[in-house]
Amino acid sequence: MSVAAAEAAAGGTVGHEPVPPPRRRGGSGYLLLLPGMLWLVLFFLVPTIQLVATSLYDPSGSLDTGYAMTWSFPNYWHALTSFTAPFLRSLVYATVSTGLALLLAYPLAYAIAFKSGRWKNLMLVAVIAPFFTSFLVRTLAWKSILSDNGFVVHVLQALHILGPDGRLLATSVAVITGLTYNFLPFMVLPLYASLEKIDLRLIEASKDLYADGFTSFRKVTLPLSMPGLVAGTLLTFIPAAGDYINAELLGTPKQYMIGNVIDSLFLVQLDYPAAAACSVILMLAIVAMVLFYVRRAGTEELL
Amino acid sequence: MRAGRWVADHFVMVVALLVLVYMFLPIFFVVLMSFNDPVSRLSYEFDGFTLNNWTDPCGPSGMCASVVKSLQIGFLATLGATVLGTLVAFALVRHRFRGRAATSLLIFLPMATPEVVMGSSLLALFTSVGLAGTLGFWSILVAHIMFCLSFVVVTVKARLAGLDSSLEQAAMDLYANEWQAFWRITFPLVFPGILAAALLSFSLSFDDFIVTNFNHGNTITFPMFVWGSAQRGIPPQVNVIGTVMFAVALLLVLSGGLLQRRRPA
Repeated sequence: MSVAAAEAAAGGTVGHEPVPPPRRRGGSGYLLLLPGMLWLVLFFLVPTIQLVATSLYDPSGSLDTGYAMTWSFPNYWHALTSFTAPFLRSLVYATVSTGLALLLAYPLAYAIAFKSGRWKNLMLVAVIAPFFTSFLVRTLAWKSILSDNGFVVHVLQALHILGPDGRLLATSVAVITGLTYNFLPFMVLPLYASLEKIDLRLIEASKDLYADGFTSFRKVTLPLSMPGLVAGTLLTFIPAAGDYINAELLGTPKQYMIGNVIDSLFLVQLDYPAAAACSVILMLAIVAMVLFYVRRAGTEELL
Repeated sequence: MRAGRWVADHFVMVVALLVLVYMFLPIFFVVLMSFNDPVSRLSYEFDGFTLNNWTDPCGPSGMCASVVKSLQIGFLATLGATVLGTLVAFALVRHRFRGRAATSLLIFLPMATPEVVMGSSLLALFTSVGLAGTLGFWSILVAHIMFCLSFVVVTVKARLAGLDSSLEQAAMDLYANEWQAFWRITFPLVFPGILAAALLSFSLSFDDFIVTNFNHGNTITFPMFVWGSAQRGIPPQVNVIGTVMFAVALLLVLSGGLLQRRRPA
């Protein structure tokens, strides 16, 4: 996945503006668009509409007998009240892991953009390297790292951060560690792309005007990296909020997120209206938060 | 003052390297666990060294078949998404048409939708039209092309938008017709973007679990195999596959980087 992300990051740093080609009128544009857009309409847009419809089906139906469309809005109320805890957990876990990813990614992206010199390409490859192996296999590796007899637990016990019987596996800490790890490259790459574009003369100018290192960072570097920061937090938060692999493999049912609930309602309990209602609520919550966040961050041109 | 700055400069680098260690820790463990000789099926700890997993990588029944299935789906999904997405990218950059804003939104939305929502929507659709019983290879492929498409459009579009069209005009000035200008000038220049998009599609498809989980019927891809065996105990050979994947991808990227260095674009 990586390769393209790095390519896109590198592509954004061309020095001079290329001459844009004249856009052609006429029907051939529609012909080029048609197959791809038809695919997205049929297999993204129509399914999303069907999902909303399913969420309003009569909940007393079943897969065998069929569902009747009764515009049953109480499905939503039912979903929210029955699964309040997983909904909140998704929100909290995703927020915390996005915050942690930002704290880890900023120094890394900053070092790659400004301090890496001839090691730049190597460090970029290192950032995307985790993508080179399977998501599930990597997440299972965390199970080994955080295991009760592993070195992490032993070190934390020796430091008395964990009690003698304390464990990491099957706790919220493990799930958040996994989430932060899995989506970290999505935070680093946009941040790097933004930082890389900053004209170093602006930072020098702020120093000439007697700004100390911290003030210069706060007033010049940080605001100029906002587009990358906003893109990175969204690219981390959205998949983290919907993820259920980390909660399933590193946690227990006590750490289940809304993704686990949707998976189980659809595939095990076969309660389609409730499952669809949960899915729609997750989607709406994410859209609402993204819009609010993008407004607040003042980078509306991103959308 | 200078000493302070030296510490500050290197402090960022030290933190950065520690973050890289965090990112590499699981990969180190995948390689380590590929040599593990577990005492029980449910052990996740390193119990002893063995080469058996490497000499018998296809030992666990169904695992290598699932890898082949993932490779097939990954290859076809990449082909489909790259062709459809590249056409869309050309239309967006090179043509005028009505409904540009709606088109862009439709391309953006799948990238901003959690996989669990996309996967469950498709299942809801397939069920409502009576296809639930036939889910399998075809439905996984349809879904993978769908979620790879947007990434292809964005990647190819970025490359295409950065192209200097005076090169094409120069070719036409030298009596190339439109067709020749496209294949001799435009396509070779856009090709790195298309290649990057294809590699991205392949890794997205090969690694996908969530969307696949909703629409796989009885077809088992490699991530589905790992998920299924996580309940019963993971065979250590899974880590052999993980290690091989890592090595192949690293080799591809490094050799790509060397090629680029030899032939500056």
